[in-house]
Amino acid sequence: MDANELGRFGEQIAADFLVRQGMVVLSRNWRCRQGELDLVAADGRRLVVCEVKTRSGTGFGHPAEAVTRHKIGRIRQLTRCWLAEHRVRWCEVRFDVLSVHCPPDGEPQVEHLTGVF
Amino acid sequence: MGLAQSWSVALSGVDGVPVEIEAHVGLGLPGLALVGLPDAALHESKERVRAAVLNSEETWPNRRTTLALSPATLPKGGASYDLALACAVLAADRAVPDNGLLRRTALLGELALDGRLRPVPGVLPALLAARRAGLASAVVPVSTLAEAALVAGIEVFGASRLRDVLAWLRGSTSVLVRPGEPDPVRQPAVPDLADVIGQAEARWALEVAAAGGHHLLLTGPPGTGKTMLARRLVGLLPELTIDEALEVTGIHSVAGRLSPSAPLLTTPPLVSPHHSASLASLVGGGSGLARPGAISLAHRGVLFLDEVAEFSPYALEALRTPLEDGEVRISRTEGVVRYPARFQLVMAANPCPCAPARDVDCICTGHARRRYQARLSGPLLDRVDVRVRMLPTNAAELADAAPAESTAVVRERVLQARARAAQRWSGHGWRTNAEVPGSALRRTFRLARAAVRPIDQALREGRLTARGADRCLRLAWTLADLAGRTQPDDHLVWAALGLRDPQVAA
Repeated sequence: MDANELGRFGEQIAADFLVRQGMVVLSRNWRCRQGELDLVAADGRRLVVCEVKTRSGTGFGHPAEAVTRHKIGRIRQLTRCWLAEHRVRWCEVRFDVLSVHCPPDGEPQVEHLTGVF
Repeated sequence: MGLAQSWSVALSGVDGVPVEIEAHVGLGLPGLALVGLPDAALHESKERVRAAVLNSEETWPNRRTTLALSPATLPKGGASYDLALACAVLAADRAVPDNGLLRRTALLGELALDGRLRPVPGVLPALLAARRAGLASAVVPVSTLAEAALVAGIEVFGASRLRDVLAWLRGSTSVLVRPGEPDPVRQPAVPDLADVIGQAEARWALEVAAAGGHHLLLTGPPGTGKTMLARRLVGLLPELTIDEALEVTGIHSVAGRLSPSAPLLTTPPLVSPHHSASLASLVGGGSGLARPGAISLAHRGVLFLDEVAEFSPYALEALRTPLEDGEVRISRTEGVVRYPARFQLVMAANPCPCAPARDVDCICTGHARRRYQARLSGPLLDRVDVRVRMLPTNAAELADAAPAESTAVVRERVLQARARAAQRWSGHGWRTNAEVPGSALRRTFRLARAAVRPIDQALREGRLTARGADRCLRLAWTLADLAGRTQPDDHLVWAALGLRDPQVAA
């Protein structure tokens, strides 16, 4: 499994995880000129924008540590684009990080960090 | 989600301030924030602590972690908080129990990336502060354990790895090292006074200086034994009392120059900086918070400035206030530090740049001679009680087989004189004649009119300053102590004037 496949696999697991939590996934891999949002979901009251990080091991650190200050800024910018394109006037937004740990031999584990930035 | 506290100590000069370290592990992206005015070295401890924890087979909390060092307004620096930071994080993450042990233990030590504990300077003053703050125990790097064990009334443990400290916090009692019997204090070998040939007057001056704690200037041609004499002065001085020894050891601990096996300094230190010494190395300095200089390392001991005319004038003039106050206060960006600096100054100099064996052979111009001697300023010389002009050793003295008086003999006389002085001043808190303020000499311990006549005369004729007069009185008291008299008479005052400045007495 190369890095791209691992990333897509992780996103699939993350999406299933959110659905199991009772959320509705609105967009997956939504793209615009500035970049891509991994998952946009709704939990009934508010919009949940998720960044999915998948790692096969922790040798390079915890998956969530890879969400840098720069990336946070870009996700906020992309969220504004998403809201504009979907003509959402106003709604509450929460930013989550889903870290998916896929060990080569074993079940993937999902960790859900809510409202982190 | 958790909160935990641990304790460490910040040092400002030789005074310690207990620092409470709080760790909070809470919601958010993984990250570590360190607050409480850390300097660059302390900021880097984030990386050291994390690596050390991971390499000690512990898990680092993958949550938002905040570390706060309190009092928050006190600037903190150095690597000595590493151990306390690591323990606080792991306790907040509930990896080690927060069972109160952490809240009554001072933790000191720098962490290596592999979890080893490295020694830090200033353990002795830090533990004195921890004891004052009511902490019951302390964990220090194992190589500083002997130094830590000098502090009575606090239980000290030595650790070599973070892993052992964590095991101790989890309840195993035998993993940390307890201090053993202290090594017998090794007396540094001080050369014997019997090695010095001839120089009866200079030897006498050295004895007087040792008996009263007076400052001393030796001038004379090269090869007459100025340096030899000066290096033998510490051998004549009494051993430090236990309080003095702790005070001196504390200063040397802050400077990071204690021997790990036998740290307690019991003999007066001899510090002899090279004449290229800078102002900062002499009085103390450095960026951020000042570190102790040579004059503080010579506290309760001897500061020997060889070839004093070669020192930079700025460095020498900076000695003037510490000589009077017995301490030095240095301001830097992060605050003012006070270091004790009650030292005995011994200076040695040549009379002129060419410095021939016999003074008549001098080829220097009068101007060059004067300029050389002017490098020692009047105000500084005024603070020196005993000034001796040394003469070349002659052939008869060299051939004389009879050994000169040894250190042991002279020391006995010095100790007796010091005992007399200490008894006389005991009600006032002074120990040597040099410490007695001038007002006390002129009022409480006033001498007979006839006895002080030589001083009055010199004052009237402008050959002596008011400070010089006080210093003459102190010197006269020392001469009386050495002679076994209860009070100096006019002969001893004359002799004191002569020792101070031969030209004034003439």
